[in-house]
Amino acid sequence: MTNSATADAGRRWHDMGGDPAGQINRDEHDYALWEKRVDALMVIASKKKHFTVDGLRRVLEDMGPEAFETMTYYERWIHSITQNLMEGGVFTPAELGDKMAEVAARGASYGEASLGD
Amino acid sequence: MPHDHHDHDHLSPSGHPYREDQDGPLSYHQQMEIAVRELLVEKGVTTKAEIAAQITAMDNRSPAIGASIVAKAWTDADFKARLLASGSATCAEMDVPVEAMELIVVENTPDTHNVVVCTLCSCYPRNILGLPPDWYKQREYRSRAVREPRKVLSEFGLDLADDVRVQVHDSTADMRYLVLPMRPEGTKGWSEDQLAAIVGRDSMIGAAVPQA
Amino acid sequence: MTETSSPAIATGAPVRLKSIAPPGHVRCPWYLRGKTGVIERDLGLTGNPETLAYGVEAQQIRLYRVRFTMKDIWGDDADPASDTLDAEIFENWLEPTHAS
Repeated sequence: MTNSATADAGRRWHDMGGDPAGQINRDEHDYALWEKRVDALMVIASKKKHFTVDGLRRVLEDMGPEAFETMTYYERWIHSITQNLMEGGVFTPAELGDKMAEVAARGASYGEASLGD
Repeated sequence: MPHDHHDHDHLSPSGHPYREDQDGPLSYHQQMEIAVRELLVEKGVTTKAEIAAQITAMDNRSPAIGASIVAKAWTDADFKARLLASGSATCAEMDVPVEAMELIVVENTPDTHNVVVCTLCSCYPRNILGLPPDWYKQREYRSRAVREPRKVLSEFGLDLADDVRVQVHDSTADMRYLVLPMRPEGTKGWSEDQLAAIVGRDSMIGAAVPQA
Repeated sequence: MTETSSPAIATGAPVRLKSIAPPGHVRCPWYLRGKTGVIERDLGLTGNPETLAYGVEAQQIRLYRVRFTMKDIWGDDADPASDTLDAEIFENWLEPTHAS
């Protein structure tokens, strides 16, 4: 396939360098414990070669622009980490589903579902 | 149920109050995080202690680390030369491991101002600056910094003279970048600690310059 | 699949980034495809991330920093044309400037 960089066929949503965009919003927020845990799981699982940062990026990209606009940063990360771990055979979708149901049954708040931990 | 979650005391099974961010209704993605974390522990991939240690390590990484590197470079010419030649090895001298392929330190001079962006994702020197600010990860900065860097910097309050070359670094692969700002006038004789105190995070991304 | 890459390109040599648009996880920003710059430095060999992203063993390939002027990228719209941009580009995205 040939293309010119002026035609956009094949351009992916995350590849946004040079696009027109609005004013930069400089509001900042601190990360919640669950978000820090997502970050830690990424660092640990990639250091132990269960997947690569490249794989993390691939799935984030494949999630598409709607996910970028509607999900928070670490929501997208846990989705991608989970996908990569399943691709790597660390656990199966059914194992994850059973565990998520077990977690949700513990209580309505994060603290309860995480056993106060 | 370990306790009645309508209880006003709202104590965890250990008897301690939940952290504030623990009390919100459980979201689908939080549910996934807990489940993945527990599965990784059950399968021996990691341990609760290892996860806790990683969070502590990340909490301890902040722009203060980068600022101490900058201040040392401002006061020690040999260190600065080594830092510019080999960023990762030189940070390792200060017990700062860089978990990317290499840290590239780029120096601002009277002729050149460096600014860092990652257009494809949000690569950032997290071991030296902590986690990135939200704006670094958002569409506006990632899109515009490579097309109209001067306008972007101006929105950050940094207006560069026309004779200063702007050097943008699109950090899209395996390197990480740290901007070494210029030491401001009026800091002669300052200690490394005094100097480090004026080096803010944004100045090490290139979105600001330190002020004495 | 770990044979070494092609010989290194010298610092300062002009290179053009391929103007191709494959699907999947690729590491060449769109806005630089088809643009010509010069090798700023050779960053050595690393596993090809476009392969690693799929969880398969990757060939070692060379990573470069390529420098462009804003005019190289944005043409006469660049403001100012003499500002510069460096990007990390893997060798599989580079072609000689004489290729058509």
